[in-house]
Amino acid sequence: MQQVFKRPVSLKDVQTHFCPGCNHGTIHRLVAEAMDEFGVRERTIGVASVGCSVFLYGYFDVDVVEAPHGRAAAVATGVKRARPDSFVFTYQGDGDLAAIGTAEIIHAANRGEDITVIFVNNTTYGMTGGQMAPTTLVGQKTSTSPYGREHAKDGSPIRMAELLAQLGGVAFSARVAVNTSRNLMDAKKQIKKAFRYQVEGKGFSFIEALSTCPTAWGVTPIQANERVGRELIEYFPLGIFKDTADWNPQSSPTAPVEQPGALPFPEFMHEI
Amino acid sequence: MGRIEIDETRCKGCGLCTTACHLKLISLSKELNVLGFTPAVTTNREKCTGCALCAELCPDVAISVFKDK
Repeated sequence: MQQVFKRPVSLKDVQTHFCPGCNHGTIHRLVAEAMDEFGVRERTIGVASVGCSVFLYGYFDVDVVEAPHGRAAAVATGVKRARPDSFVFTYQGDGDLAAIGTAEIIHAANRGEDITVIFVNNTTYGMTGGQMAPTTLVGQKTSTSPYGREHAKDGSPIRMAELLAQLGGVAFSARVAVNTSRNLMDAKKQIKKAFRYQVEGKGFSFIEALSTCPTAWGVTPIQANERVGRELIEYFPLGIFKDTADWNPQSSPTAPVEQPGALPFPEFMHEI
Repeated sequence: MGRIEIDETRCKGCGLCTTACHLKLISLSKELNVLGFTPAVTTNREKCTGCALCAELCPDVAISVFKDK
């Protein structure tokens, strides 16, 4: 018999600190598989964020820089400009990228930095105890929104993949999920595509991966994966929001800007 | 024909592999492993097709899959 599935070389053979059923482990593996496929492990520099992804350096067999909270995209900019031959990726959660790091990610994306950003969105601050994040769904109960998030008081969840797709520097923006086998296979393809864009020097590539936090959500891992399919994907649709496959960076300096599809107005707009 | 090997010392007993297997060949053990979790175990091993969907969904990369070529 031949081994058809084994641990990627880029992923260290160690026990992770993640809670049982946390999708971080799965997304780590997909990123490591993409690194193996392109053979970039020796020249990869990862940039870790603050949150459950903070121990990136212990799990990936690559060099890792630890960024201050939210600043991974800014640190990655410096790494890539100082070492243009290196392969640079950041791995950030939603409390890091979509809250304290919003300025850094938007400007890094708008400048079209040649980096890959893996954004893990589990709609809560997992490591610090399940507080409300900018991506928390309306009505979702967290430790800082015990009656559920209210639109009038807290606003609506940010859709980062769509938001960044509007910027001229972004070459690729997609949202994936790893809750089912089918979604996971799609996620694997899109992560590899995002890595390929950096290998080819096409500019900023962005992957938003919907994830779970069984501990903070207060459900079992199986129920958490079911919630991704039932509630998260409804608000955060899966798919590619920008793909500049035909864009040649040498002939035109900025990636073509795509107009996002019309989203329905929220309910309160009709009352005005 | 296929075969899977579950590393019981790594398994955290989340049970996601039990939902991935279409043939329901994986279940959670009643015994605790060294981590204090109930690890996944296989039953009816001869029916395994080696599709590797359980290994794909495992967050702890605790499953290795072997298959006849």
